[in-house]
Amino acid sequence: MKRFFQAQSAFPALASMAAVTVFCGLFLHAESQTAVMGLTIGAVVALFLLARAGWNALAAASFAGHGRSAHTAVLLGVLLIAAAFYDQHFPLLMLASVLLYVVVCLGLNLQFGYAGVVNFAGAAFFGIGCYTSAVLAGHTPLPHALVVVAGGLMAAGIGSLLILPVLRTHGHYAALITIAFGILFRVFLEVNDTLGGPQGMKVPGMEILGWKLNDNLQFGDVELSFYVNYVVLSLALLAVAFMLVRRLERSWIGLNLDAVRLDEIACAAFGINVARWKIAAFTLGNFLAGMAGSIYAMMTGFVAPNSFTFGDSLILVSIVILGGIGNPWGLAVATAIVLILPEKLQFIQEYRLLLYAALVILILLFKPDGLLPRQVRNYLPGWKPRPRGESPARSAKAVQ
Amino acid sequence: MSTLLACDDLSMRFGGVVALNQLSLSVNEGEILGLIGPNGSGKTTFFNVITGIYQASEGRVDYRGLDLARMSAQEIYRAGVTRTFQRSRLCLPLSIFDNLMIGNHRRLNHGLWFNLVRRAAFRAQFEEQYAQALALVRTFSESLGERLFEAAGSVNMIDRRRIEICRALISEPTLLLLDEPSAGMTHEETRELMDDILIVREHMPGLAVIIIEHEMNVIERITDRCIVLNYGQKICEGPYAEVAADRQVQEAYLGTE
Repeated sequence: MKRFFQAQSAFPALASMAAVTVFCGLFLHAESQTAVMGLTIGAVVALFLLARAGWNALAAASFAGHGRSAHTAVLLGVLLIAAAFYDQHFPLLMLASVLLYVVVCLGLNLQFGYAGVVNFAGAAFFGIGCYTSAVLAGHTPLPHALVVVAGGLMAAGIGSLLILPVLRTHGHYAALITIAFGILFRVFLEVNDTLGGPQGMKVPGMEILGWKLNDNLQFGDVELSFYVNYVVLSLALLAVAFMLVRRLERSWIGLNLDAVRLDEIACAAFGINVARWKIAAFTLGNFLAGMAGSIYAMMTGFVAPNSFTFGDSLILVSIVILGGIGNPWGLAVATAIVLILPEKLQFIQEYRLLLYAALVILILLFKPDGLLPRQVRNYLPGWKPRPRGESPARSAKAVQ
Repeated sequence: MSTLLACDDLSMRFGGVVALNQLSLSVNEGEILGLIGPNGSGKTTFFNVITGIYQASEGRVDYRGLDLARMSAQEIYRAGVTRTFQRSRLCLPLSIFDNLMIGNHRRLNHGLWFNLVRRAAFRAQFEEQYAQALALVRTFSESLGERLFEAAGSVNMIDRRRIEICRALISEPTLLLLDEPSAGMTHEETRELMDDILIVREHMPGLAVIIIEHEMNVIERITDRCIVLNYGQKICEGPYAEVAADRQVQEAYLGTE
């Protein structure tokens, strides 16, 4: 029995995942305000007590040691939640939105979590993806799978307009440039009649090789909400994006990005091309945001300039800070909190931004590294240096 | 012994301020050259010019047939010139190993395909680099070798300096520039560090070192030759004992009566 409660065992990670899955299911299911409040407060207290008991650290160690089974457990958990709400539109829509927003935040994380390129126009790049869908899927025969890729390419391409000013400025000034771009983007949409002006545009549902994602699925007597399609698709995109970001971080490229963020002079002295890696991170991040946006537009069936305000960009940035800059898992947790909590707590709807602001301030005060702080880079999961004495010829290649 | 680096009439002006004034000097292969002079005499500017951080206003820096004064910092690094900084420029949140690999940039594969997809090949390169980093760090400090995957910010001052020197050495340069390695350290720590540098020199016989230093006993102990700068000009050159006895040098440091 005792061996289940050790860091080497996969049990703590899997048990935690199961608990989180059940909790998310309950939370999405809860309707009454007291139930939602109860669950929220219960979760905070439980997490606090578990942390005191050392469980969280144990689960984290177990998670790190059993990456593959833990990742499978997370995927299964999401699918289980989707299965539990198989015929209800709203929880599934929320689930798919969370998955897509995590993709966007992964992109932002590449940009300012790793390379240090601030981007306060995340919602604009997401919006470029949305509008690409609206135009290409609505008015051209281009296959929808390619439309999604085009959404990403469009965001990356339009983002390249910003590369020069972003490379030539730092800190606050670079932030100002992206803010200006975000505002410009929205104003452009509002005055542009071909793109529907302030009323926006309709977007047709997605169709991949005859699979119509906007039709409800029929299995015998059971009818599944069409949003199940989008949950599966978004989950697939997220899984790929997550793996991409993870592998980038655990490679020399991830190291270059970190070095660019931390010390440009040292980078120059050791041959690291600052501009090249900033451009790479900025472009790839925008690409991810654009792809997520184009799926999102086809899921909701409608795009309008009002969905891509500066406030939305700020929310994206706050998710990254809240989750723990540089930690993809932290992003996932933070996105779920930031998107679902206000939807569920109807009475704070009006005060959403206030809540974000307060949450971010509190986190920065008491947990400046975010909910799940980033750890030192681990290039090869599971790899351990050989214990002393076993290493081949200690100083043979010392300094040749 | 042949000349590795030769500066010819090198000048650096910032507006009206002349930081380097027609400086000519040379470094031989395998030599440890001390660069001394009062504050503001242009020592660090000299490093910044030959490592490409500043573009020289005039003059040439001849290094193995290349003119460093016309090259970018990245090209100069790839040509085998590395340095440490007067104020530590380590990336403190990153691990010690990460910091060393920043210095190892020219020997790592940065291809997208290699890093993302060919993980087995990446693993092989990683293990090879780890073994080398470990061996190098252990010539400086045994205990530091066991902490390679801890944040660089978690170690003390002397170990940070060691990491900085290792970072500059790991790519096997031919010219190493040390900018005041003893700054902020006690005499005892400085002595340890100098021992380390002498050990490194034994392992890498071709390595030439230019060291900027204010601790005269360090200069006396490890340099083969010294150059004294004042107001961006060379005022004296020779072995330490000779330089220390020079009247002009004493005046530059202590002032005239």
